[in-house]
Amino acid sequence: MKKLLAAIFIGFLTAVTPAQAVTELTFYYPIAVGGPLTKVIDNLVAGFQKEHPDVKINAVYAGNYDDARIKALAALKAGQPAQMSVLFSIDIYELLEQDLIVAFDDVATTPEDKAWLKSFYPALMANGTYKGKVYGIPFQRSTIVMYWNKDAFKEAGLDPEKPPATWNEMTQMAGKLVKKDGSGNVSRWGVMVPSTGYAYWMFQAFARENGQDLMNKDGNQTNFAHPDVIGALQYWRDLGAKHKVMPEGTIEWGTLRQSFTEGKTAIMWHTTGNLTAVKDTAKFPFGVAMLPASKQRGSPTGGGNWYLFKKSTPAERKAALEFIKWVTAPERTAEWSIATGYVGTRADAYETPKLKDYVSGFPQAAVARDQLKFATAELSTFQTGRVRKALDDAIQAALTGGKSPADALKSAQQEADRLLKAYR
Amino acid sequence: MKHVYGWLLLAPAAILLVGFTHYPAAATLFQSVFSTGTAVRPSRFVGLGNYAALVEDPTFWQVLGNNFWFALGTIPTSIALALLMAIWVNGKLPARALVRMSYFTPTILPMIAVANLWLYFYTPQIGLLDKVSGLFGAPSHNWLGDPHTVMGCLIAMTIWKEAGFFMIFYLAALQSLPPELEEAARIEGASRWYFFWRVTFPLLMPTTLFVLVNATINSFKLVDHLFILTKGGPDNASNLLLYYIYQVAFSFFDTAYAATLTVILLFLLGVFAILQFQLIEKRVHYR
Repeated sequence: MKKLLAAIFIGFLTAVTPAQAVTELTFYYPIAVGGPLTKVIDNLVAGFQKEHPDVKINAVYAGNYDDARIKALAALKAGQPAQMSVLFSIDIYELLEQDLIVAFDDVATTPEDKAWLKSFYPALMANGTYKGKVYGIPFQRSTIVMYWNKDAFKEAGLDPEKPPATWNEMTQMAGKLVKKDGSGNVSRWGVMVPSTGYAYWMFQAFARENGQDLMNKDGNQTNFAHPDVIGALQYWRDLGAKHKVMPEGTIEWGTLRQSFTEGKTAIMWHTTGNLTAVKDTAKFPFGVAMLPASKQRGSPTGGGNWYLFKKSTPAERKAALEFIKWVTAPERTAEWSIATGYVGTRADAYETPKLKDYVSGFPQAAVARDQLKFATAELSTFQTGRVRKALDDAIQAALTGGKSPADALKSAQQEADRLLKAYR
Repeated sequence: MKHVYGWLLLAPAAILLVGFTHYPAAATLFQSVFSTGTAVRPSRFVGLGNYAALVEDPTFWQVLGNNFWFALGTIPTSIALALLMAIWVNGKLPARALVRMSYFTPTILPMIAVANLWLYFYTPQIGLLDKVSGLFGAPSHNWLGDPHTVMGCLIAMTIWKEAGFFMIFYLAALQSLPPELEEAARIEGASRWYFFWRVTFPLLMPTTLFVLVNATINSFKLVDHLFILTKGGPDNASNLLLYYIYQVAFSFFDTAYAATLTVILLFLLGVFAILQFQLIEKRVHYR
């Protein structure tokens, strides 16, 4: 039945296609931050089609990252055309396991193409590479940064231009930044780190800063029970339970930005994707800094990559590669970064006049880029949904006081070992 | 020939029912005895293997327990509240239409919008709840971030959302009660409470049954708010069965296990429906 429908559909397509050979491409893309980004994408597509009249591109907005993955996979299963897509960078193992994607190395064969593959920041390539081959090209990518309220720093007698650079400094400064009202209730907290939705992502920053990565390159080993990883969770827990500079329990990802812009916390850790929104709503001067270090600096990367789907003709793959190359060129990368707050994915984008101007007027925009040299890949393994959930649950159990960090992480590691055994 | 007309008349409803209800239910049952296939490892028959995994899955038992408390918290309160509101707005009071409408308003709001509203009620410090309790000097509380209070928060929101909807059914039922009954009771000198307990409430039993069935189904079916409010956290403290099914199917891509969980959900709802119709029907007076 599906095949019959597909045949009718294809017949219909070929019947209306004009004599001139036009390659038609379809891609799905998600949007995970605020702002009218569908328009930006439409403009990019229109710009490409003007230069390449022999290619027609349908850009399909598909909701958030989860929705986009579900829709793209459903379309492929139903035999609908989709030659490429922007999907979550950590979906790579799922896409590999379903045998849906091809490596860019197999399509990008000319010396010029090879050079293009090497033009991106290495930290952003980590999530898209499997066994030495590139499957994902970075597009809408972010890291975690620290936002601080300069007025609050002044009020607490701290230097407003000097954010904490280490964990110890952060604990001490946050202690001074806590403000209590007459009856002893806290009216402003020192620091907040969100722990719903993307708890594993925030935790990766703590672990990396404490010297540990949470998974191996092949996506079949996790490192949750290492003493330094346990130490990282202990520190996160202590911020609330021992030092009393952060509220206890979990902190909601979605409302944290508001808490910061309303002055209810002096420091927050959040994605760079929120930079433009904070800039527009904060009524006080704020700074953006790299996350503080324990043994080293560190943050995971996050966000979406371009993927090439297997179900496509050689001509379609060539055209798709042409489009992805075009859309990730330095000029377009600069425009995209300014419109969204996402990191420019390659060094030469920051050399373009547009982005240079923007960064000199708004230096906060360069912090995420500078942090890339300390960045690590986002947690991604085979069975990634379950492994991630095991870690999320462990973090939340520790933060709410249900389990000790060591117990929580050890049981998460056991669960991950059980899930990943088959892939070793 | 006669049969053809009959079948033709039945066809539209039957096709929709079979296509969207009975076939998916049967397919789910079928899928639950196979493993989830990938391109590398195709799906194979595993018998009751998925059910064995389910028995050993601590998260499953936790979400089932959560669902029990959620149902227990929402169903009796929202029905009692609905009845109370219906009786009140059925009487003579000024601006009656306005009061009725304001009770009904939560019902017409989409669940996602409601959850976004309540997210800001519950947010520590800047939320409405903390602002109000702050006036009395109470310390700020992390309502959704504390595993002990998160379920209560969801229950309160759901009651607010549902009570107005059930009120409409009670209101309609109250207005169809013949006024002679009340006059007769007054002449006989029955107290208002006696009249309510012995006359009104029994006559409302068909409505109560209907509302009860709906409330029970809703307590398993309503999970939209979890996407916004808690995503099932902290540490599964607010995870409900249907949301867990969503996570398993679309975040873990384990369609076979999701089918297994769905079978359990269907089974539970089926049992509840039978129990409710069998047991309570005996006490229902249809006129």
